[in-house]
Amino acid sequence: MTTAVPTYHALKVDAQKCIGCTHCMTSCPTEAIRIRNGLAVIEQKRCVDCGRCMRKCPAKAIFVEQDDLDKIKSFKYRVVLFPSVMIGQFPENYSEDQIYAALLKIGFTHVYEVEQPIGFLKESIRESCKKDKDHRPHISTFCPSIVRLIRIRYPSLAENLIHCKAPHDLGAHFALEQLMAQGANRDEIGLFYVTPCIAKMSAVKSPLGEKESIVNGIINMNELYNKVRKNISTKEAPDTSDQRATLTRDGILWSLTRGEARHFGERSMAIDGIHNVVKFLERLENEEVPDIDFLELRACDQSCAGGNLLSGNRFLTSERLERRAKRYQPAIKFKNHPIQEMAATLKPKLALDAIKPNPVFILDQDREKALEKMSKMQRIICFLPGIDCGACGAPNCQALAEDMVNQKAKMSDCVFLQQTWQEENKISTSKALKNMEKKWGKDRFKADCNKRGRRNEGF
Amino acid sequence: MELNFSIEGGDFTQAGQASSRVKAVLKQLGVNTKCIKSIVIALYEAEVNVVAHAYKGWINIQIDKDKIRIVITDEGPGIPDIGKAMEEGFSTASKKVREMGFGAGMGLPNMKKNTDELNIETVVGESTTVTMVNYF
Repeated sequence: MTTAVPTYHALKVDAQKCIGCTHCMTSCPTEAIRIRNGLAVIEQKRCVDCGRCMRKCPAKAIFVEQDDLDKIKSFKYRVVLFPSVMIGQFPENYSEDQIYAALLKIGFTHVYEVEQPIGFLKESIRESCKKDKDHRPHISTFCPSIVRLIRIRYPSLAENLIHCKAPHDLGAHFALEQLMAQGANRDEIGLFYVTPCIAKMSAVKSPLGEKESIVNGIINMNELYNKVRKNISTKEAPDTSDQRATLTRDGILWSLTRGEARHFGERSMAIDGIHNVVKFLERLENEEVPDIDFLELRACDQSCAGGNLLSGNRFLTSERLERRAKRYQPAIKFKNHPIQEMAATLKPKLALDAIKPNPVFILDQDREKALEKMSKMQRIICFLPGIDCGACGAPNCQALAEDMVNQKAKMSDCVFLQQTWQEENKISTSKALKNMEKKWGKDRFKADCNKRGRRNEGF
Repeated sequence: MELNFSIEGGDFTQAGQASSRVKAVLKQLGVNTKCIKSIVIALYEAEVNVVAHAYKGWINIQIDKDKIRIVITDEGPGIPDIGKAMEEGFSTASKKVREMGFGAGMGLPNMKKNTDELNIETVVGESTTVTMVNYF
């Protein structure tokens, strides 16, 4: 177990690699990024860890911190806990047994897929929805980015979030219970969660409402994939199917789009892609949406198959998982399975306290001051060109105005305004250039034939 | 602070523009979420009413530290019987409007339910002015 950091964010900017372009800034769904001194700066309070910026960065300057794989050596029982999408990344000529064998070869002693036994989570969600009939649609807490997004940007919908944890909690408790039943001590067990995305990384490091994270380490799926590819062989591998004894069709499909939605409510919807989710939540907040029972919302396109720490093509991953799922029994077939004895132990561990909103877009805690700032913003907007070019280091004119009233930017940050001011002799040319350098770095405007932006993209 | 919008009758894609903007502003002012919800619902209904029934309309919004006052004025047919219009399910919307999913006769009742003060002034055949006040 590791102590949880209250608001851990996995995304970091590498100052050596960042070229101070605007791609990350304009792709951020919560306007959390600004450019200062030629570098991207992520405002932690606004970041929801969706990883859009990392995907967009042409210089690969946005990265995630991760735990060292060597950390596993200090445990007697070394558990690798991975979501089913991991299997979907491999070409079909590698069997499940071969992938499992490679994981054992790397140094793990036990292999667990987080989605087993998913039936418990399914029942917990169903029970939680039944208990709370007042807040519909019920919104899944599966995707940590979405949970953060709702907390900061759609506080009125926080009540709709289901009081249930995610599959990685289920998988972790399941593995622990099984190993302890076999006689292992808790401190001998090292749980290592393989994450398909940045958001889950943050969610595991700072779990909602808990002081400790249940896992001992987090492994970037990309990294592990490379390690497995190095250690995998196409020779016949020992039969490890007993380790997947409680894996179900429902579990394998769980992290794909409609994986949850198909199970709950008469009317359910599944939306993937954070920008799509934002558009939908705006409507939901205005009650412009019909009567829906259950909402599955995922930040990545194609849900976890499109996770930002996966290396495979999201559509191929999805397809392989769908085919894999067909070989497994549906969860309902496990109704009388001996695994049910664990229900009483595991299900209570999946309960989550109500998730509190955490609105971060408020201009000022003092209403009067907020109102003053808002009026000021309205006046500032009149002078800005409305081009949303990003040359001021803010994603759009509205955001710049907001920064200004919060004393984080000046009128002269707008390159167009500055140009007009020069024309009117209100500001000297050298002062104007200095202003620009403050935003974009000192050497930014020197001739350099190797300057990198996102050129030739799309050809 | 003050916000102004204008609405064209018949353009349903436009309905919701003012309420979305107002929502964003109230959120930044830190107004209670339940209160924002009521205001947004009432204003959206009002916008739809103008689009569905009138030729054109104007919205004027005044936001103070403790209340919001919304005045919607339109050029349109007016409301011949306000009492009746306030009944749930009563609607004069055309078949075309109903087919688009509007005109269920819940507009005015919903506005009443979601505002602290609602005042309607109307001249049949000329115009309607709706004033809504919500206290934060």
